[in-house]
Amino acid sequence: MIKIIYVEHNGARHAVDVPEGENLMEGAVQNNVPGIDGDCGGNAACATCHCYIPEQWEALTGERTEQEDAMLELADTMKPNSRLACQIKASPALEGLEVHMPATQH
Amino acid sequence: MATQLKDTRQTQSLPQGSVSWPLPPRVRPDLPNHDGKYDRATLEAYLASAPLEEVDIADPLWWETDTNHVYFRRLRAEAPVFFTHVNSNRHRGFWNVTRWADVMAVDTNHQVFSSEATLGGITLFDMDPDFIMPMFIAMDPPKHDVQRKAVNPIVSGQNLASYEALIRERTQEVLDGLPRGEAFDWVDRVSIELTSRMLATLFGWPQERRRMLTYWSDVSTADPELPGNPSKEERQAILLGMLQEFTLLWNERVNAEPTNDLVSMLAHNPATRNMPPMEFMGNLVLLIVGGNDTTRNSISGGLYFLNRNPAEYAKLKANHGLVENMVSEIIRYQTPLAHMRRTALQDTVLGGQLIHKGDKVVMWYASANRDDSVLDRPDEFIIDRPRARQHMSFGFGIHRCVGNRLAELQLKILWEEILKRFDHIEVLEEPERVPSAFVRGYKKMMVRIPA
Repeated sequence: MIKIIYVEHNGARHAVDVPEGENLMEGAVQNNVPGIDGDCGGNAACATCHCYIPEQWEALTGERTEQEDAMLELADTMKPNSRLACQIKASPALEGLEVHMPATQH
Repeated sequence: MATQLKDTRQTQSLPQGSVSWPLPPRVRPDLPNHDGKYDRATLEAYLASAPLEEVDIADPLWWETDTNHVYFRRLRAEAPVFFTHVNSNRHRGFWNVTRWADVMAVDTNHQVFSSEATLGGITLFDMDPDFIMPMFIAMDPPKHDVQRKAVNPIVSGQNLASYEALIRERTQEVLDGLPRGEAFDWVDRVSIELTSRMLATLFGWPQERRRMLTYWSDVSTADPELPGNPSKEERQAILLGMLQEFTLLWNERVNAEPTNDLVSMLAHNPATRNMPPMEFMGNLVLLIVGGNDTTRNSISGGLYFLNRNPAEYAKLKANHGLVENMVSEIIRYQTPLAHMRRTALQDTVLGGQLIHKGDKVVMWYASANRDDSVLDRPDEFIIDRPRARQHMSFGFGIHRCVGNRLAELQLKILWEEILKRFDHIEVLEEPERVPSAFVRGYKKMMVRIPA
C-alpha cells in the first residue's frame, strides 16, 4: 500500500492507502475522496480526475501524455503541473505524495 | 480474423454526394400494422429474429417505438462492429459500433475518426451539403479547440455556482404553478419550460421569447421527410431567420463591454469574433440543441423511469440523498443523444473489421450504455447504482459534452424541489416519443399530481 494524500481545493486533506500499481483516480474513488469523479473509468477520455502535482514530485509522477494534454487543454483550470490522476500509478517512490485538486472538475 | 478482413468490398460506405434529395423511399420490413402504427411486441419479435443485415436501425420506426434495444443487444453479442447496407441509397451505408470499449476507442481517436462538417459531420445522416453549418462539435483540432474554449467558461464550475440560486428559484416557480388533480403535459409544462428559461439566460435572450429557442432547436433536428415537419427549404429559411435575429444581438454586443452570455463571449473572443455568418449560425444551433433537447429529455425520462420502476421511486422518497446519483443514472438510462457519428480519415481496423477511409462510423451511445461487459444489470434503472457517473451519454474525448455539469445541476435541483413538494407524480400513459435515431426523447407525456 502506498500512502497518497489528496488535498481538496479548500485545504481538506484525505490520506488514503492505494494499492501499488493502482491509478490515483481509482485510489480516490474507491476511498470516497470527494472532488475526483473519474467519469471515463481511467481512459484519459474526460477531465474529471484533474489534479495538480507539487513541483518536488513532478519528476516522479512523469509527463502528461498527448491524450491527457488534449483533455486538460479543454479544462478551464489547467496549470503547468496539471495531470489526470488516472494516468499516474501508485508506486513506492510516490509514498507520501500530495495530490491537489481544482475547485471543480469539468 | 484474416479472412474476415479480406472480403470487405461489400462493406464500404458509398461516396459522399451519392445520395440526392429527395431521398428514395425507405425499405421497411413488411409487418402487420394499422395505418402505419405498429404494435410494439410485433416489432420486438421481428428485431429479435430478423437477419441482422435486413435491419436499418436508422429508421425512425425503431426509435419512436423504443424497440431499438432488441437489435443492439444482438449486435453487441453477435456482430459488435457491423455494417448496415439496407437503405444505403438514403444514408450511404454506415458502421454500427455498439460495445462500450469500441465506442471509447473511436471517441478518443480524433486523429483517425473525424467530426468535420464537410465530410458529413457528427450525425448518421450527412449534414445538408447545400447548407453546411460549421460548428465546433463538427470540427477537428486545432480549430475545434479554440472555438470550444471560447464558450467553455460559461459552463465551468465557478460560473455554475453563480447560476444555482437562479435555477432553483425558477424551478420552484414552475413547479408551484403546476395544476393538482388534473392531467397535463409534463414535457411542455416542465421539461421545455425549464430548459428554455435556462437557454435564454445563457444567450442573454429575452425571456418572454424563450420558446423561439425551443422552436429553432426542434427545427434544427427535425426530419424534413416526416409529415408536419418543415421541408428542407423551409428549414433553411427558418434557420436563416434565426441567424438574422441573433446577428442583431451580436451587433449590439460586439461593440459593448463584454457580458456573461454566449453571444457576447463569441463576439469578443479572438477565436470566434470573425466567424462567417454560417459558422455563427452553426455554433448557435449547436449550443441551442446542446442546451435544450438533451436536458429536456432527461427531465421527462427521469419521471417516466421512476413510474416504470415503483421500487426505485419508493427508494428515492425514503432517501432524498440519492438524487445526485440518480441524476447520473437517469442520464445513462435516457441517453438523450443516441449516437455520434465520425468519418474515417484512413483505413483502420476496429473490432476486427476493416474500416475504409471515408466510411461513416456511428458510435451508438444508447447501446454502449447497455453493455453488460462494463455495466452490471445495464437494462435496469437503479438509482443507487455504484459509480453511476460512468456512462457514455456525454461522450468521451475532446468532443465530450461541454455542458454536462450544467445539465446535472439542473436535474439535481429539479428533483430536490420535486421531492420537497409532491409526494407523487403519476405518468398516465405511455409518452409519445421523438421519431429520431439521433435525439432520443419525448414529444408528450401526460401526468397527474394528486390533489
